[in-house]
Amino acid sequence: MEFTANTTYYQELQNQIRNCDDKEIIIKELYGQRYIGCATSDKNFKLYGTAGNGLGQYNNGSTIEVFGNCQEAVGDTMNSGDIIIHGNCGDACGYGMRGGRIFIEGDVGYRAGIHMKAYMDKFPVLIVGGKAGSFLGEYLAGGLIAILGNGAQGKMPCSYFCGTGMHGGKIILRCDEKPDGLPEQVLVSEMTEQDREELTPHIEDYCKYFGLNAKEILSNRFYVLTPNPNSGYNQLYTFE
Amino acid sequence: MLLKEGQVRIPAGCAISGIFHKDGKKENGERIIKSISTMHDRSNGLGGGFAAYGIYPDFKNDYAFHIFYDSNRAKDECETYLKENFDIIAMAKIPTRRHPRITDEPMIFRYFVQPLQTVLAFSQLDEKEFVVRKVIHANHNIKGAYIFSSGKNVGVFKASGFPEDVGEYYMLENYEAYSWTCHGRYPTNTPGWWGGAHPFALLDTTVVHNGEISSYDANRRFIEMFGYSCDLLTDTEAITYIVDYLNRRIGLNYSEIANVIAAPFWSTIEKKPEEEKKRLTYLRNAFASLLVTGPFSILVGFEGGMMALNDRLKLRSMVVGEKDETVYIASEECAIRIMQPEFDKIYAPRGGEPVILTLNKGGNAQ
Amino acid sequence: MNMLYPQFEVIRNPSRCINCRACERQCANEVHGYDENLKIMTCDESKCVNCHRCVAICPTRALKIVKTDHTFKENANWTEKAITEIYRQAETGGVLLSSMGNPEQHPIYWDKILINASQVTNPSIDPLREPMETKTFLGKKPGKIERDENGNLIDNLPPHIELNMPVMFSAMSYGSISYNAHAALAKAARELGICYNTGEGGLHKDFYEYGENTIVQVASGRFGVHTDYLNAGAAIEIKMGQGAKPGIGGHLPGIKVGADISKTRMIPEGTDAISPAPHHDIYSIEDLRQLVYSLKEATNYKKPIMVKIAAVHNVSAIASGVARSGADIICIDGYRGGTGAAPTRIRDSVGIPIELALAAVDQRLRDEGIRDKVSIVVGGSIRNSSDLMKAILLGADACYIATAALLALGCHLCRTCQTGKCNWGIATQREDLVKRLNPEVGAKRLVNLVTAWNHELEEMMGGMGINSIEALRGNRLMLRGIGLTQKELDILGIKHAGE
Repeated sequence: MEFTANTTYYQELQNQIRNCDDKEIIIKELYGQRYIGCATSDKNFKLYGTAGNGLGQYNNGSTIEVFGNCQEAVGDTMNSGDIIIHGNCGDACGYGMRGGRIFIEGDVGYRAGIHMKAYMDKFPVLIVGGKAGSFLGEYLAGGLIAILGNGAQGKMPCSYFCGTGMHGGKIILRCDEKPDGLPEQVLVSEMTEQDREELTPHIEDYCKYFGLNAKEILSNRFYVLTPNPNSGYNQLYTFE
Repeated sequence: MLLKEGQVRIPAGCAISGIFHKDGKKENGERIIKSISTMHDRSNGLGGGFAAYGIYPDFKNDYAFHIFYDSNRAKDECETYLKENFDIIAMAKIPTRRHPRITDEPMIFRYFVQPLQTVLAFSQLDEKEFVVRKVIHANHNIKGAYIFSSGKNVGVFKASGFPEDVGEYYMLENYEAYSWTCHGRYPTNTPGWWGGAHPFALLDTTVVHNGEISSYDANRRFIEMFGYSCDLLTDTEAITYIVDYLNRRIGLNYSEIANVIAAPFWSTIEKKPEEEKKRLTYLRNAFASLLVTGPFSILVGFEGGMMALNDRLKLRSMVVGEKDETVYIASEECAIRIMQPEFDKIYAPRGGEPVILTLNKGGNAQ
Repeated sequence: MNMLYPQFEVIRNPSRCINCRACERQCANEVHGYDENLKIMTCDESKCVNCHRCVAICPTRALKIVKTDHTFKENANWTEKAITEIYRQAETGGVLLSSMGNPEQHPIYWDKILINASQVTNPSIDPLREPMETKTFLGKKPGKIERDENGNLIDNLPPHIELNMPVMFSAMSYGSISYNAHAALAKAARELGICYNTGEGGLHKDFYEYGENTIVQVASGRFGVHTDYLNAGAAIEIKMGQGAKPGIGGHLPGIKVGADISKTRMIPEGTDAISPAPHHDIYSIEDLRQLVYSLKEATNYKKPIMVKIAAVHNVSAIASGVARSGADIICIDGYRGGTGAAPTRIRDSVGIPIELALAAVDQRLRDEGIRDKVSIVVGGSIRNSSDLMKAILLGADACYIATAALLALGCHLCRTCQTGKCNWGIATQREDLVKRLNPEVGAKRLVNLVTAWNHELEEMMGGMGINSIEALRGNRLMLRGIGLTQKELDILGIKHAGE
């Protein structure tokens, strides 16, 4: 079913979508309507325009493809499903995400992938084609973040405080030199074969969506950030 | 120094009485005075008053303001305020007769007014809300002036004293009304300020009330959110505002209002048929803070009607007698027997179950 | 060398002790021992936390725990507590950590407020014989009516929680307390017709059946949050803050994340569960509205959304913002609220008393004309039914209790929850300790407690001639202060006794 959003209020639009049994949902002229795909599990969304805040929040299995840019809180607390963004994405993308994947063609804003966590068969993945803002992967507890650094000219593709408080998961950055200035909770190493194997299927899917060459991307130099097991919080406290 | 109403909360016991002619027939104030005088011992001489509907047929489309003034200065200030907002159609001193037991009289004036159309339009309020705000503003802000009656074709007459004396003082034999209510007051602590006597009135809603409600501050603090200012700190004032709010602002009818302010117990609601259960649950839940607890019996007068209501435990007495097209209601049976020795039907309404009287269709209330 | 002398002494009456070694078996802190050679019980009181487990279990009443009379030179400024904290920090370099609520000597306003009763001018009511109503609805009121074409009223009430009495068990996560403690709370809530709260640790699959009596929480860590969870309860609570540690996140160490907790929180076994200090999708009040409505969208507008905040200085302005965010219920947690672990300095010196916060918030919402757009629930040390009564008279719709509930389950307020060695089976995940708390017995004790409070509430209501909780709410004329300054009275919105 095809909807035209234009200036329809999000609650009205969401109501129309809820009342529609079709699996395929196309929305044209999206102007920031919030929560599209929120808490859905079996739909395929194709969205044209600017997706509003909370896109795919609590997503439980739907595929959401956006032809345009996204705003804030994309995939917030998402459980499964894919979100594909042909454009850039705003702040706080993938916050608290437990499963599913977010593929961004362009850049992502501040605080992407904060407190992502994995559980059993759930494994959250965030792949960003361009660059990321500060606080990427803060408190990361599980899952995988890869920043492919398109447009970064081989420099570290994210800004300050990457991986602060990280205690699980993996952040993979494409850059020519070992990233520095990272917080003490983070260990940096060059990508191993095992890491590459882990990354490959996601990059292949990413390339499928955006018409890119996976081999070419994977042939670049990558660095991997993992949590430093010796910098936990356990030594921080003394008890009454 | 004793504080007056508005400076301190004064619980009061009381007597109430009312007459309603469903066919619109009118009578003067003599019988209602006689009625309230039989309950003399329920009052203590510190307040009495009457409300009469249909008494100003020549000005029936104008708001009739009855105002107490403590001083000429207050009168000047209040009249200036009125002129800024209203077109004064007529004004006069309210006629009274000298009475040995009615003393400390303020100046008492009556004005028939219409809102100034330009000011009304600028305020973006509907006409009644406009009038209400102006009345509340004047009473709250103009020291020494008190608008104690503000409806169309209705008048409140009240004073410090026993109600039968108050009736004589105001010469109520000269007013013809299809509906009368009356109140004799027994406040526990007051110097007897005239404004503190009852009925309390806002627009065409007038309330007389017997009892002391235990929910007062819960009700007051809620209703004050909607632009009302409970300046007198009396139960009657709060009940009047609640009725005005639920009827005029929310759009509930009087039977629904009774279901809010004297809502049945949950255990009673539980036993009702499904639809009724849903309706009563809704009303009680949606307007929870307007449930009135503690003892009360009230007579609410309004344009073309009257509602009598007891609290849901029926902690106060009330008797209703019907004879032909006339209904008599009072705190005690003697007070209606003295007006009408024989009734077609006489009964005591159950707690929380309102008696709602309205003019018959085509009833002539002019 | 150890500069810290044990706080308590274990006094064993040798004429009573029968060497049954029950104390030894019961003490997870390993205070008690048995000398096989000398055939006597021994003890290491440096490990004692004064939880009374051994005292309660001793069949001959041979044990008691006393405060040591070992002392520092008296000093009104440098108290024993101040000195030992310095020693502890000098030794470890650590942040002082405490559990349960603020124990410091700050004023308790509940104790300085008195309740009214009827005499003569209106009647008191006998609650044993006449109906007395404590049924409570939490949620927004519609503020306007709608009618169908026949003029009948349409039910336009937003979703709400229905409680038999104005009490709920407040948030304690599975992780901070045990499975059996949760089971007891859930069972008791169902029997009482009230709600308990999952806390931020997700909802164990065994407890989905208590959904109608469950409030599911969404905190910054988003543990266990998924669509089934959101739809499982009677309401959803967004935890923005906690009275014991306003502005502070949480940390459940990996060691406490066993198999079961891992499933409930939906994180791998043995990993740290860290709750960030803020929700990183909320940096401003309009973002709260965004989260509130995301939850409404996720539950198709069928669940009331609660927002829990800590009572801080600017609480009334914050509450006003929350009320306008679309939240249906605001929960305010006072600075005496409990915790499984919080930095001591924060617990003891951040935030404000719930009495003042409640009075300020209720009045502010009324001044803005939006009090019926939102219900108010308060917690942070409601210790008995008169605290509860006073809270409702000040303007609360209902109260949250947690410390009182834990006490009912056997907690002795030894304030060492963070060790995970709770001898009463409450704040522990050790299987041998957890099974000491029988959920059936625990539930019964909780039911007893809340039922008793409700009776007392009814008794006090009857005394003031009120037979319905609605007429109690915000009825401040029924309160008077005693020994309070004019400023305090003004904030509480009550008069002084005698006025």
